[in-house]
Amino acid sequence: MTVKAPAPPKAQLPGWREKIIESLIRLSGISAVVIMALIFFFLLREGLPTLGEVSLADLFARRWYPIEDLYGILPLLAGSFLVTVGAVLIAVPLGLVTAVYLGEMAPTWQREILKPIIEVLAGIPSIVLGFLGWVSLAPFIQKMGAATGLTAFSGSLILAYMALPTIISITEDALYVVPKEYRDGALALGATKWQTIWRVVLPAARSGIVIAVMLGIGRAIGETMAVLLVTGNAANLPPLDASIFFQPVRTLTATIAAEMGEVAQGSTHYHVLFGLGIILFLITFAINSLATWLVGKGSRGERKRK
Amino acid sequence: MKRQQTQKIATAVITTISIIVILPIIYVIGFLFYNGIGAISWEFISQPPRNGMTEGGLLPAILGTLFLTLGTAVAAIPLGIGAAIYLAEYAGDNRLTRLIRLAIVNLAGIPSIVYGLFGLGAFVLFLNFGTSILAGSLTLGLMTLPVLISTAEEAIRSVPSEFRTVSLSLGATRWQTIRHQVLPHALPGIITGIILGLSRAAGETAPILFTVAAFYLPELPNSIFDQTMALPYHLFVISTQVPGMPLQIQYGTALVLLLIVLSLTLVATVFRTIMRRRREW
Repeated sequence: MTVKAPAPPKAQLPGWREKIIESLIRLSGISAVVIMALIFFFLLREGLPTLGEVSLADLFARRWYPIEDLYGILPLLAGSFLVTVGAVLIAVPLGLVTAVYLGEMAPTWQREILKPIIEVLAGIPSIVLGFLGWVSLAPFIQKMGAATGLTAFSGSLILAYMALPTIISITEDALYVVPKEYRDGALALGATKWQTIWRVVLPAARSGIVIAVMLGIGRAIGETMAVLLVTGNAANLPPLDASIFFQPVRTLTATIAAEMGEVAQGSTHYHVLFGLGIILFLITFAINSLATWLVGKGSRGERKRK
Repeated sequence: MKRQQTQKIATAVITTISIIVILPIIYVIGFLFYNGIGAISWEFISQPPRNGMTEGGLLPAILGTLFLTLGTAVAAIPLGIGAAIYLAEYAGDNRLTRLIRLAIVNLAGIPSIVYGLFGLGAFVLFLNFGTSILAGSLTLGLMTLPVLISTAEEAIRSVPSEFRTVSLSLGATRWQTIRHQVLPHALPGIITGIILGLSRAAGETAPILFTVAAFYLPELPNSIFDQTMALPYHLFVISTQVPGMPLQIQYGTALVLLLIVLSLTLVATVFRTIMRRRREW
């Protein structure tokens, strides 16, 4: 008579219920990829018919006037570009300096007050900032002498403040990971605190800072509601002179938000608006992928050095 | 000495610029409180708008935002936590994982208006949900997903690996270990991430423009297939689309929206601080 070996403890082998749970987890794991693909697919599905309905020459024309079937997207591209460049010019220097202050100079008690304030800024809904820009910033800018307060500059200023929390927090992280030995070494050689920051810490944190700037740009280019309220929404190519930032402009995002509600489904106008969505998708995709690639490159470099 | 002077000047400049950055934030919030607080009354939050929205309150918009936030939670939480568990506990260092991470970073970067377009194309039209709470919640849910996955993954990773080793060595399976050892300890972090994600969703306008938001609808929705008013969109409507709107109602509406969003953020932050203090490792 053979003796049966005792059954192995049941718990070690996953039962069927566990297998179901684990496959659900795997499925949700790849969901991000699926959703990404679906978003692109639906944008293409509704946006690609544009190419059959509007010629490329008409698409890259200087006039956006859908009522007369004029779908030139150049003014919209120029509007998004101007507002974003303005925002970057304001937000990057301010963001870097504030991050340096918070990360390298501010005493702890100040940091504990200032960081929550910046977190609050990150939490303010864009429509609330847009509303404040509309009722108070725009009239103020007009009083300063501009023809109208609803300009690219107003949009840039508000976008800059919306991008600041991103730029500050990522730059601060980048400064934080610079090894303490670098600072100690520089100070020991007799450098002042400022020389250490400027010549040692900032260069060492360079790649993180670049990433912060790129994500800030991505944030600014995609912003919709604040821009819709404060940039004046005139779909004109701004003149190339000193007043370029002080003209009303209209961005890609604001055009979609303002016009999609009144458009007949399946019309050319509808398809073109989805086409604008494809452009926005591709721009932000490129920026974020590049930033991710830079992050990967940075961390691989770290490993090699050790 | 010249170097010391440079040091002094640099410090002064950096401090000044930081103050210039911070002050407007405080000013803006103070400004909104100062102008909006007078509009806020019990009537303002418990009555529907009347007389072409120039009188009355915000009730349908507040409740609409509440429904949408709950819908967002239902849509995003299971998928978000599932994906976070996968990335923290199952995923190997391979091409698929890198692809998933790339997708999450990019999802986080897609403009909210593009989520709105996707919701219109996929949920409203293709799946034929119409402009409805369902379509709006799903759109907001997808938008919230990347924040949720990142914060939940971080919370799960912060559970010390000894917890897993001990549990596995006692004969527990991988899932039992996750379910009974890892998740309970990661829960505070996950909840913080959920609340932060929802606070963002509650304040968003662009994704709900074409998927759910109603211009003026004093009746409350009966089902998830109905349209609803929502606070962010309502603020947009009364500040730009309705002529002769009393300024005080506009400021009041902006303040109520800000208070809802900020109190969610505050709850998350306080909760996180308390839980960190209690942590035993």
